[in-house]
Amino acid sequence: MTSHRCAEGGTAIDRTDTVGFTVDGRQYFGLAGDTLASALLANGVRVMGRSFKYHRPRGLMAFGVDEPNALFTVTTDGVREPNVRATEIEIFDGLAVESQNRWPSLDNDLMAINQLGGKALAAGFYYKTFMGPVIGPLKGTRFWMMCEHVIRRAAGLGRPGTAPDKSRYERINAFCDVLVIGGGLAGLKQAHEAAETGRHVIVCELEPRWGGAADGKKESEIRQIVESLESRPNVTLLTRTTVWGWYDGNMLAATERVSDHLKTAPEGAPRQRHWVIRAEHVALATGALERPIVFPGNDRPGVMLADAGRRYTETFGVLPGQHLAVFANNDSAYATAAALRHAGANVRAIVDVRPEIGAAAQRLADRAGGALKLGHAVVGTSGAKGLKSISVARYNHETRSFSGGAEEIETDCLLVSGGWSPVVHLASQAGANPVWDDALQAFLPPKPDAHWSVHGAAAGDLDFDHDLSPAPAPVFEIGHPGKAFVDFQHDVTADDVRLAHREGFRSVEHLKRYTTLGMATDQGKTSNVPGLAIMADALGKPIPDVGTTRFRPPYTAASLGSIAAERYGDLFPHRLTPMHDWHGDHGARMYAAGHWERPESYNRPGETVEQAYVREAKTVRSGAGLVDVSTLGKIDIQGPDAADFLNRVYTNGFAKLPVNKARYGLMLREDGFAMDDGTTWRLAENRFLITTTTANAGKVMSHLELCLDVHWPDMRVHVTSVTDQWAGAAIAGPKSRDVLAACVTGTDVGNDALPFMGIVHGAVSGVPVMICRLSFSGELAYEVYCGAHHGTHVWEALMAAGEPFAIAPYGLEALGTLRIEKGHVTAAEIDGRTTARDLHLDWMLSSKKPFVGSAMMNREGLTDQSRWTLVGVVSRSGEKLHGGSHVVAGDRDGPGPGLGHLTAMAFSPEINAYVGLALVEDGGNRIGQHLYATDPVRSGTHIPIEIVSQHMVDPKGERMHG
Amino acid sequence: MIIPCPFCGPRDLSEFAYCGDADNLAARPDPAASDQSSWNAFVYDRTNPAGDHAEIWQHAGGCRRHLRIVRNTVTHAISDVTMPGAKA
Ligand SMILES: [Zn+2]
Repeated sequence: MTSHRCAEGGTAIDRTDTVGFTVDGRQYFGLAGDTLASALLANGVRVMGRSFKYHRPRGLMAFGVDEPNALFTVTTDGVREPNVRATEIEIFDGLAVESQNRWPSLDNDLMAINQLGGKALAAGFYYKTFMGPVIGPLKGTRFWMMCEHVIRRAAGLGRPGTAPDKSRYERINAFCDVLVIGGGLAGLKQAHEAAETGRHVIVCELEPRWGGAADGKKESEIRQIVESLESRPNVTLLTRTTVWGWYDGNMLAATERVSDHLKTAPEGAPRQRHWVIRAEHVALATGALERPIVFPGNDRPGVMLADAGRRYTETFGVLPGQHLAVFANNDSAYATAAALRHAGANVRAIVDVRPEIGAAAQRLADRAGGALKLGHAVVGTSGAKGLKSISVARYNHETRSFSGGAEEIETDCLLVSGGWSPVVHLASQAGANPVWDDALQAFLPPKPDAHWSVHGAAAGDLDFDHDLSPAPAPVFEIGHPGKAFVDFQHDVTADDVRLAHREGFRSVEHLKRYTTLGMATDQGKTSNVPGLAIMADALGKPIPDVGTTRFRPPYTAASLGSIAAERYGDLFPHRLTPMHDWHGDHGARMYAAGHWERPESYNRPGETVEQAYVREAKTVRSGAGLVDVSTLGKIDIQGPDAADFLNRVYTNGFAKLPVNKARYGLMLREDGFAMDDGTTWRLAENRFLITTTTANAGKVMSHLELCLDVHWPDMRVHVTSVTDQWAGAAIAGPKSRDVLAACVTGTDVGNDALPFMGIVHGAVSGVPVMICRLSFSGELAYEVYCGAHHGTHVWEALMAAGEPFAIAPYGLEALGTLRIEKGHVTAAEIDGRTTARDLHLDWMLSSKKPFVGSAMMNREGLTDQSRWTLVGVVSRSGEKLHGGSHVVAGDRDGPGPGLGHLTAMAFSPEINAYVGLALVEDGGNRIGQHLYATDPVRSGTHIPIEIVSQHMVDPKGERMHG
Repeated sequence: MIIPCPFCGPRDLSEFAYCGDADNLAARPDPAASDQSSWNAFVYDRTNPAGDHAEIWQHAGGCRRHLRIVRNTVTHAISDVTMPGAKA
């Protein structure tokens, strides 16, 4: 055992509380307060992961969110959460995790054979390999697609599960004056200052404890500030809360891990809580992350970031090794060496690339003991599954030259420090481009504005104790032969970066994509700056000229469960008509028409949908049928200028429409294309009710509101959506008048009192109704409207009155059949690409007044004779047509040039054939032509059709006027 | 993005619908008297500024009023909210 728990120390652990957990089913013990990383380290476990491509054994490298290697899958009741950093998993009794990307086990991974083929998996491997020819029956890319799943198994990270996640998640919206991100000393001080002025402050710390990376000596100061903040009502303190996204207008996203660290969540507590925080001011105190140095063998388990070694010792009382060595280009690691010596470790050597160091560092080196190797570099490591020794050679970092032979130093833990990178990720997300600082050899946040500020190490204020200098030597890589890793998660080496450069990748964005550097789950927290430095070196440019990539959310992975929270399952809104339950009780199959649920057909036992709708359509044509039209958009328009307003938005005239009369109307868009059609009922001098198609109700309402608010604010008109206030039933068929006569009181419904397009007011079974005689089916028909709450009552009264006339309810399919037979258009034909002329509605275009669209509707392209126009089609072979089929020329053997498409189809009982409506090029001149309806991809049909007039039944309209 | 509705107070973007360039909408040509080119410009021509942009938003999930909003297209900062069509 190399690493071990010290006899004392450890600010986070409770030595009296032993906790049992399993890794791949094997039992381990740690202490309450441990992370999985610290507990495994205390157990002497060195290999904690296998690398992505080469399956190299990897050990713990970091202390927190920057850990690239030690990733595990947490398993809870069959639910798997992959790629969780061991540094962030707090252990509890019964915690079960699995190691990743290894087979059969972490210690003996047969896939490690990938290492032998190292060259084959170099940068751009996927791009180069999966293109180009392969000889044989499976040519080119198809062959490689077959290989892909094999390779994906060999290269990868954790495997997600398929079991549904039973955890509960919450989301919360919060508002504050100041959001402090980072609960280290700098953040806490900032929070305290803001809180004292009475402002509402939220402080988020991603670790379980306050204080961040501050060393043990600051503990009482931190406790004091936290206690003061806790006592204030204007402060919200959140630990285990990662702010991972910063969006426009100071809106930030955070995940609070409420009970991930507990064996069972407390009553009512969610697993995680998704915070959406809107802050007047954001105070960034996100600290800095230590950088590694890139050198051959730098990925051997036992090579760790220096400050991580210090924090494992101080926080958990775990020494990362017994015989330490330090490799640095800056002063900060000297304090770590001294501290670990104090905690009981033996420091074998401090290797520093700098030829000389300051007095403060020298004093700490003396305290740490061991050989001080200035002007030296680590050029190699050895040890099969963990570090046993390092090779050190004399190195001049200015000339990058080595001299003399390499010296072996036995050590089980090499603590590396390559300088510090302030955590600029969030500021970069918000659009603040980082600025290179030559002294610190790091990117710093730019100068903030009033909406944010930056404090402590995140601002580059590294503030090391002991008068240590924060400035490192500009050394990122030791250029000595051997595999030197830059991005540990994606196995990107320094040579890969240079290879990408030799192959012509010059931009940092291209380099990133080609090598996949910085694109793994850690988003390059340890690799971005070294990778950039190596790229800059290859380009012969200074680092700031190469630039950095913009960071994107999330800073660390956020669970989709927390973002969705309670929003899962069937979230589609369903709108139900007042008669919805009646339809269900009478055998209706419901159909989703937009948000609405509408009866498709009322199938009798044994009937197919087609048999049902054909029967229903016949009933309407021969007797009477009743259909629910409550879904039609209904808008109440009132005011002294209402008639003038309608004149401006409809293509036809409304000023002269008498009270208690209705008129069919068409609206165009400003560009002259058709927008919607419907009927307009004049209920009083200054009051109209308009109906819209079900599909366009919202669009028409918004259009009218825009016209009134923006174009004609002086018009004295109010528009109100009353779609949900009125229930509507259309009764159609030659017997419909008889049915009404049998149940309507208070008004005559005869032809004189209620002519075509007339409106009467009366009552059905005691409920006031409005009846308008208009027809969508082409039959004698009426729409009966009543208050929505009485919808079913009136519907049932109409059905009862119709019983002697064999009335039957009919659904959308029969409605569609009837309107297709008549050539009436709906949203399927008013599809945004058709004009009034295309739909044979040019008779509705008034020439006596301007209206919306009138200025643009006569443009050359919109009046072209060859435009697609509305026609009817009849299947000549008896085959069933398919809506959406292409209308083509050609012959029985195959399609010729495309001429248009079918917008709707049905079986017509009147014509006794499958018929449809279509939009066909120069359709008006094709009546009688024999063409084909072809649908090669979906139904594979190719059906001979005849083009006919869209008025297939009763072209003169004698039935509805009768 | 938060839009300060003069009727409902500051509300989330998700309650609003974008309706177009306010200056363009305000310049709707006279349908009876204008030539085709001014209509072409009204229907099709739009500026695409990086910076302040006057635009119409409808508070569709609230009071349903249309608002004239000056929004910076780079920062999304809103510097002015007025009623469209209001006489200057
Ligand atoms: Zn509002």
